[in-house]
Amino acid sequence: MSENRKVRPFYWSVRRELWEHSAIYLAPAAAAAVGLLGFLVSTLWLARSVAGAAPKNDSLMMPYVFTAFAVMMIGFLVSIFYCLGALNGERRDRSIQFWKSLPVSDLTTVLAKAAVPMVVLPAVLLAVIVGAQFVMLVLSTIVVLLNGIDPARLWARVDLRLMWTVLPYGLVVNALWLAPLYAWLLLISGWAKRMTFVWALAPPLAVALFERLAFNSTHVIRYLGERLLGGFGEAFSVRGEGKKEIESFSDIDPIHTFSSPHIWGGLAVAGLLLAVIVRLRRSRDPI
Amino acid sequence: MACIDARGLRKSYGKTVALEGIDLKVEEGRILGLIGPNGAGKSTALQAILGLIPHEGELTVLGRNPWTAREALMSDVCFIADVAVMPRWMRVWQALDYMDGVHPRFDRAKAEGFLAKTNIKRTSKVRELSKGMTAQLHLALVMAVDARLLVLDEPTLGLDILYRKQFYDSLLNDYFDHSRTIVVSTHQVDEIEHILTDVVFLDQGRIVLDVSMEAYETRFAELLATPEHAATARSLGPIHERQLFGRSILVFDGVDRARLAGLGEVRTPGLADVFVAKMAATFPGREQAA
Repeated sequence: MSENRKVRPFYWSVRRELWEHSAIYLAPAAAAAVGLLGFLVSTLWLARSVAGAAPKNDSLMMPYVFTAFAVMMIGFLVSIFYCLGALNGERRDRSIQFWKSLPVSDLTTVLAKAAVPMVVLPAVLLAVIVGAQFVMLVLSTIVVLLNGIDPARLWARVDLRLMWTVLPYGLVVNALWLAPLYAWLLLISGWAKRMTFVWALAPPLAVALFERLAFNSTHVIRYLGERLLGGFGEAFSVRGEGKKEIESFSDIDPIHTFSSPHIWGGLAVAGLLLAVIVRLRRSRDPI
Repeated sequence: MACIDARGLRKSYGKTVALEGIDLKVEEGRILGLIGPNGAGKSTALQAILGLIPHEGELTVLGRNPWTAREALMSDVCFIADVAVMPRWMRVWQALDYMDGVHPRFDRAKAEGFLAKTNIKRTSKVRELSKGMTAQLHLALVMAVDARLLVLDEPTLGLDILYRKQFYDSLLNDYFDHSRTIVVSTHQVDEIEHILTDVVFLDQGRIVLDVSMEAYETRFAELLATPEHAATARSLGPIHERQLFGRSILVFDGVDRARLAGLGEVRTPGLADVFVAKMAATFPGREQAA
């Protein structure tokens, strides 16, 4: 055998996460499937609404938006529970002793696990959403054609170009925005013996409670809410203010987004937490 | 260069001292049995050697500090903790793919060859395999790695006798080639006795015996004393005595066999007997309690 066979520890570490946690792709796919099924029923009425004039609040885009939203929400939930289990499960079933018997560093392993919510899931969500929306558009076109209507009338009102631009942009922004949250959950996962969800939630809530009673203020809880859901606002609203949704290409403002101290501060915190996690995994015993 | 070189290796957990500063040197090509009762510090010593826990004292494994260079070390070291550590969700083909993908010294064809001799299906999940089959799978993966040091920590715990025997047989026949080093810990002494080249007894964090099997055979003797010579035999300072069918069986450490020959039947004692003798010596009263 060759001495220096090419090995790809990071790639295979990510692959192994996907083997163990098939929900990473199955759950978003299932959400999209439900959306598609509902849409299939709604095509019964599609021809009539395309044939008529476009109303002021056009609802033809609604199924596309809803499906995208549902898939992203499921993806967010999967990310949270994935992170909470990622470093806990391997200690719980003691398989960490198997993983550590191989020439894969703790850094590689932790980065692979962090890559799942940061890189893999956004890519999966994008593929699932775009795939589902494409199927919807094809289905609609067929239905419209069968009814003898010019599909151009449909395409004029269902324009996915903007959505398919905002989506990848928004998924990247959201992932960056949520990086410190994911890192925090991974830290708890590597530290706590059990009840990771409670451990993840308790400290911030305790601080918020203390603040509310001591100073009758709510800065902490508002900041946490911003940290948790602000990414969606930052990604999908004009100037990230969460007031007006993006309606045209000119509304997308990457300079504003990527110069936000929220993003960079969050990434710095995430980096710091990841360094702690690597040290933690190195010395933590199986449970 | 010694494969493992420990000087004053010490490890404590809070106030509990697991290893009291042991000195241990294992040359390449040896098969060392690390033997001791539960809680003797066997696993702690092995974990330190594998770089899984920080330690005090000096320790080099294949010329590296295992704690600071675990990742590099694991290219040359294989390790089976016990049968329960294979991830239960993993399928056999996934384990092969993964090993192939991350281990520079893994020979997939070799692993497939070992697996072909078993009843393990490529599509099975680890959780669907019996304990014995899981051990076979882990051993197949490990034996397909061209490693310089193999560490086995109670590798056959909970396996039935057939699998245990097969495990050590294939290890010796299909793997060991006198350039590799194997360190195996167990408290089932008799099962590994015949494969060892060296043996270390560990008790309460201390080494109570460190001897090669060649030296062991000249150093230790077991005498089946005839009744009329029992008193004479006792005067020679046996480290242990037990009665069997009314005859005294005495174990001697460092007594010339020629002096014993006239007192009864002399043979080399089993490791288990010397182990019991040594343990009783370090902790009188333990034997009666057990």
